[in-house]
Amino acid sequence: MIRSRSFRAALSPLLLTAAVAAQEVPHAFVGATLVPIDGPPITNGTLLVRGGRIEAIGAREGVAVPDGATVIDATGKTIVPGLVDSHSHIGAVAGADGSGPIQPEVRALDSIDPRDPGIQKAQAGGITTANVMPGSGHLLSGQTIYLKLRDGRTVDDLTIKNADGSLAWGIKMANGTNPQREPPFAGTRGKAAALVRAQFLRAREHQRKVADAKGDPEKMPERSLGLEALVEVLERKRVVHHHTHRQDDILTVLRLREEFGFRCVLHHVSEGALVANEIAAAGVPCSVIVIDSPGGKLEARNLSLETGAVLDRAGVLVGLHTDDGITDSRLFLRSAALAVRAGMDRTKALEALTIANARMLDLQDRIGTLTVGKDADFVVLSGDPLSVHTQVLQTWVEGAKVFDLADPKDRLMAMGGYGASNGQAMSMCCFAAQGGQ
Amino acid sequence: MFPSLFALAAASALLVPQGDATQVVVVRGDKVFTMAGAPITDGAVLVKAGKIEKVAPAAELTVPPGAQVLRAAVVMPGLIDAHSTVGLSGLLNIPHDQDQLERSAAMQPELRAIDAFNPRDELVGWLRGLGVTTAHTGHAPGALVSGQTCVVKLRGRTVDTDVVVPFAMVACTLGDSGRAGAGKSPGTRAKSVAMLRELLQRTREYVAKRSKDAAAPVDLGLDAMAKVLAGDVPLLVTAHRSNDILSALRVAQEFSIRVVLDGAAESYLVLPEIRAAKVPVLPHPTMARTTGEMENGTMELPRLLLDAQVPFALQSGFEGYVPKTRVVLFEAGVAVGHGLPADAALRALTIDAATLLGVDARLGSLEAGKDADLAMFDGDPLEYTTHCTGVVIDGVPFVGTPR
Repeated sequence: MIRSRSFRAALSPLLLTAAVAAQEVPHAFVGATLVPIDGPPITNGTLLVRGGRIEAIGAREGVAVPDGATVIDATGKTIVPGLVDSHSHIGAVAGADGSGPIQPEVRALDSIDPRDPGIQKAQAGGITTANVMPGSGHLLSGQTIYLKLRDGRTVDDLTIKNADGSLAWGIKMANGTNPQREPPFAGTRGKAAALVRAQFLRAREHQRKVADAKGDPEKMPERSLGLEALVEVLERKRVVHHHTHRQDDILTVLRLREEFGFRCVLHHVSEGALVANEIAAAGVPCSVIVIDSPGGKLEARNLSLETGAVLDRAGVLVGLHTDDGITDSRLFLRSAALAVRAGMDRTKALEALTIANARMLDLQDRIGTLTVGKDADFVVLSGDPLSVHTQVLQTWVEGAKVFDLADPKDRLMAMGGYGASNGQAMSMCCFAAQGGQ
Repeated sequence: MFPSLFALAAASALLVPQGDATQVVVVRGDKVFTMAGAPITDGAVLVKAGKIEKVAPAAELTVPPGAQVLRAAVVMPGLIDAHSTVGLSGLLNIPHDQDQLERSAAMQPELRAIDAFNPRDELVGWLRGLGVTTAHTGHAPGALVSGQTCVVKLRGRTVDTDVVVPFAMVACTLGDSGRAGAGKSPGTRAKSVAMLRELLQRTREYVAKRSKDAAAPVDLGLDAMAKVLAGDVPLLVTAHRSNDILSALRVAQEFSIRVVLDGAAESYLVLPEIRAAKVPVLPHPTMARTTGEMENGTMELPRLLLDAQVPFALQSGFEGYVPKTRVVLFEAGVAVGHGLPADAALRALTIDAATLLGVDARLGSLEAGKDADLAMFDGDPLEYTTHCTGVVIDGVPFVGTPR
């Protein structure tokens, strides 16, 4: 049960510099029930983190705590990986405006307010990574941004960099009724699909022109920020996060994906159970929302608590999401518990909060499990992750504590109260257009 | 295969009635929360003709021949949602099924909930499937005086057969969400209170006139408000800001009317005043979104009300979008997760709600002579992963797929 990357332990003294950051001091969480997700729970275990990474995890007697380590008695507590929310609207995120239905040049990055209380509340819910997206009122509402919920001053403190230095992000699309509006928006499903196909054909043409230029600046097509983003989609470098509810709309996404070959995650999938076999056959992951009752809009009238269970049994990779503010980031664990209530396997439900979502964001090698070498993102819980009585006690991102229920300022964010929501942007896409007041 | 699977999924959302109220039913529970004394381990409830005949340890209760026997890990009184708009604000959320708010005038106390409640809306069945057997429902917040509310069993027949209290309260909204909109009154907080006071003053004059002259013309709105003025029916005041809450208490004192505070997101700022006024509170749903006037809301509110000894019951409230209805059982669970003791949560879902609504003679506890409304669970009712395995309403079992 002891997993340790010995070469890292051996090398780490050499890597230490004179200026040892606080998080360079090893932290050992001792005595907790560890739920690593990549293996069975470990009772009375030790989690050792250093330098923002997980250095060792295992049964208490098998993990040596280094001299000088800060030892935290976590007896009676449960530690799970930092939760990964594959669909969130925290941080005052905004994307495309009302000028048109397809705006791939617009970046969520350029809208994020790192001081939005929604981010602190997500930390209070144990969320350490979120795919923050613009809303679903457009066929394509812009580029999403994957954020680590570090305590940051600027959005750059929250972004995630790929190995090549590029930012980790996707693109947001939607079909069904949310993006239906007056022209130039689509008024029908057929028109919506036609607009999307035409746009991808333009991107393909742009891609061909770039390839034909063979690097010759004279032959390069005129630059287009939007088409360049879509070429990244065509080249499978950028994942499409696709809002879709009704069974026929889900199949439309699969059809477009087949035609243009992009990588895709289906989001919400309210009627996913009706086309579970088709989704499984396509090998497309689903990020599922858990809502307390069906309805509220026509395409969610058959929304079912069983969706996660049915898709999982069909062989689909299933994640869960908050869609914050549709559901509250502080209650993300509850979504998994309700999925279990509706028949989802308990282990799969916990994966749906962590590693499954990490896979959908291409971050499975860095986050989503308590695995040696991965980022030290974890949550200290007072008990069973799926119990109503359990509280998030602490949230840690890359070895730094970002939430502590014992801190009155953090507690205000966890519980709510006077000033807890000052300036908070609450996104509920298409609320007014669909019957809200 | 899939269409049939789909039909099955839709149907299984509902618990299906079995038999009728004439039958004899015994509901046996590993634990029976009677809400009238300590829980009974291995208890049983004998039901005859829609009423509870006996509640006792199973060993002390003989099952009559021919009785239908139901079993569950936990048996408790059917849950009471102390404030909802279910049956008026339908599942589809299209104009066709939204009858909770009439915007043609700021004050319409004559609008009766019984003329709008749809007992067959799918959300009624959804709530029943999660243990809710009675709801206080009716006109929604959003107008200064939006109309009446009623208390109704979620049995799904007709409002006339299922209603418990046809006219329960008059719904009133102070603060931002009570404004009438551009160019119309009320447009400010002070104007809202002035209009409400004028309405009550007119009601006084109307009552005096009608008492002297029985032939004086009937005004349906003032007739309804006369019940409020007489103390027969409380004014249900939705108010979130602490200043709006105090406005409600001021009006209650001026006209000696009964007020029930609804929502009350900032009530924790003025608990001594609320307690002194002896006004009960229906705190906003624990999970309600903290936007606008509710920005200072807290998931600890039920616990804070309990600590301050302010009477309260839990509610699902009103939602304009998704989810179209909340589930009071789930709201209670999250309240418990945020400090409300479990026994207080169970009381708030049953006997305390019945008392607050004035229906405790019939509902809210398992006692001989009360309506046979029960909820059954396969574990701790407040846990996320527990299922409701069925309900009994007026002695009729509803069983099906556990939810």
